[in-house]
Amino acid sequence: MSSLERSDVARLAALARIDMTDEDLDRLSGQLAAIVDSVAKVAEVAGQDVPATSHPIPMSNVHREDVVRPSLSQEAALSSAPEAEDGRFRVPQILGEEA
Amino acid sequence: MTDWTRASAAHMVAALKSGEVTSVELTQAHLDRIAAVDGAVHAFLHVDAEGALATARDVDAARAAGEELPELAGVPIAVKDILVTQGMPTTAGSKILEGWEPQYDATVTRKLREARMPILGKTNMDEFAMGSSTEHSGYGPTHNPWDLDRIPGGSGGGSAASLAAFEAPLAIGSDTGGSIRQPASVTATVGVKPTYGGVSRYGAIALASSLDQLGPCARTVEDAALLHEVMGGHDPMDATSLDEPVPSCVDAARQGREGDLSGVRIGVIKELSGEGYQAGVERRFHEGLDKLKALGAEVVEVSCPSFQYALAAYYLILPSEASSNLAKFDSVRFGMRVEKGTVERTMAATRAEGFGDEVKRRIILGTYALSAGYYDAYYGSAQKVRTLIQRDFAAAFEQCDVLVSPTTPTTPFKLGERLDDPLAMYLNDVATIPANLAGIPGMSLPSGLADEDGLPAGFQILAPAHEDARMYRIGAALEKELAKDWGGPLAAQAPELEVSK
Repeated sequence: MSSLERSDVARLAALARIDMTDEDLDRLSGQLAAIVDSVAKVAEVAGQDVPATSHPIPMSNVHREDVVRPSLSQEAALSSAPEAEDGRFRVPQILGEEA
Repeated sequence: MTDWTRASAAHMVAALKSGEVTSVELTQAHLDRIAAVDGAVHAFLHVDAEGALATARDVDAARAAGEELPELAGVPIAVKDILVTQGMPTTAGSKILEGWEPQYDATVTRKLREARMPILGKTNMDEFAMGSSTEHSGYGPTHNPWDLDRIPGGSGGGSAASLAAFEAPLAIGSDTGGSIRQPASVTATVGVKPTYGGVSRYGAIALASSLDQLGPCARTVEDAALLHEVMGGHDPMDATSLDEPVPSCVDAARQGREGDLSGVRIGVIKELSGEGYQAGVERRFHEGLDKLKALGAEVVEVSCPSFQYALAAYYLILPSEASSNLAKFDSVRFGMRVEKGTVERTMAATRAEGFGDEVKRRIILGTYALSAGYYDAYYGSAQKVRTLIQRDFAAAFEQCDVLVSPTTPTTPFKLGERLDDPLAMYLNDVATIPANLAGIPGMSLPSGLADEDGLPAGFQILAPAHEDARMYRIGAALEKELAKDWGGPLAAQAPELEVSK
C-alpha cells in the first residue's frame, strides 16, 4: 500500500469538511504518513479465511416497544443552535454563487 | 479533626450512616480542596459548588427525616466531561462545544442523581477522548499530582488526577483503548473498564462506538466496586447495553480481601512485557505476582501472538468510527459556528477552528481508511485482526481465570515529551487496547512506585466478558497485600500539593 501524500491529505480534509492551510498540511501530512505506514501491517496477518468482527459482544435484533414517550420541546431542541428562526435551525445559504 | 478528603468512599458511607459526618461537610471539604489545589492540577473544567451542595443538603435532610437512602447517597463524585449533564456545561474537552449546556442527562448522570450523589463538577480530558495525556484538551492539560510536570494519563486524566489530588473520592471515566486504566496506572489510583455493554452509553459523547465503555474510577478496589454497581445495568436507550444483571462487584471485592486465592489460575501475557517496558514497572508487576502466589493462586504464562497487531488494528478501527461519529459537529444544531459563505464552507471553517490537531489527524485517518479502494485493506483487515485477538483471549481464558500484565509500559512521562510524536503517544496504550478490541473487562490498580523515578506503576487484571466480578476479587486481594508493605494506600504517599489561599 502506498503511503499518504500531501495531496491525499488535502483531498481527505476536504471530504471530511475541515479547512486546512498550507501550514496545517505541512505539519500533519508527515505525521499521517508515518501513522499509515505503521498501521498497514494489519493486512499482513488477516487472511481470507478469517471472518471480520465488527462488534465485540455479538447481539442481534435489539428491539423496544414502539411507544410515544416524552421528548425535548421545540424550544429546548433549538436552545443550543448557533442560529434559529421560526422554530427552525437557521443555516447560511446552501448553494454557492457558482451553482 | 478528620480530613475527609483522604477517606475512602466506603468509609464515607459508614460515617454518613452513623451520623459522624454530613454530606454537606463532605462536599464542602472537597470543594475547599478543589479551590486550594486545582489551580495547579487543573483536573476540573467546571465546578458546580452550588449544585453539589444543594444535593448534599437534600440528602442530609432526608437522612435526618429517617428516609431510606441509596448506598452512596451523599458521597460526592467528579464526572468526566464526556457525559452530558443537564444544566452543567459539557465540552468533551473540545472548543467546538465551548459553552454548550445539554438539554438532557446521560443515563449514568441520571443514575448518579438517583443515587443522590453530589456532582462536584466536570473533569478535563483529551478532546473527544483522543489521547493518553490530556494534552489534547482544548482547555489546557491536567497535571499529575505526583509530579506536576508530568502527564496524568489520558484521556481521563482529569478524573484520575482529581482522585490522586484528593479533590474527589470517586469519578466517572470512559475507556476506548485505556482511557480509564492508563490514567489510573500513572496516578496510583484504581480504574475499571467494564465488559462492553455493561454500562449504558446513552448521553456519553461517542468516540468509537464498538470500543467505548464507561466505568468507575476510585482510590480503592472496593470503592470502584460500589460505583460500578451504581453505574451498571441494562438501558433500553442504548442498543448495545447488556440485558443481564449487574455483576456483584462489591461482594467480590469483600471476598477478595479475605485473602484466599487457592484454585485461582492467573495467566501472565507474555507479549505484554520485555522491550519497551520500564525495568521498575516490570519489577513491581512481578512482586505483585509473588503476592498473588503467596495467597494460593497458580500463575502460568500464556501467549497471545496476535497482540502485536492490536495497536495497528485499533488505530484503524478507532479513527474510522470517530470520523463518522464526529460528523455531527456541523455548526448547525449546536456548538461553534464560524460563518464563511455557504453552509458547507461554514462547516469546514468551523471544524478547522473547533477541532485540535489530534482530532483532525484521526478524522483524516478514518476518512482514508473507509474510502473506496482502501476499505478492505485497512478497515476490513483491522476487523479480521480483531477476530484473531478475540481468539487469543478465548484460548488464554481456557487455561486461566484472569490474565494480568503491567497496565502501561512506563511511569508517567513529562508533559510535552510526546506531543509532536503521535506514534510514541499511541504506544502508551499497547497493553490496554486488546481488552477494548475484544470487549472484555479490565482493571488497573497500583503496583507500587518504580525504583528509577519514584513514580506510580499499574497492575492490570483482565477477565472474560461478563466476569467483571473476578477482577474485583483478585484486585482487592492484591491491594490488601500491597497495602501491608506500604503501610496504607499508595495514594497517601503522593507528595503534598502546595495549597493556594
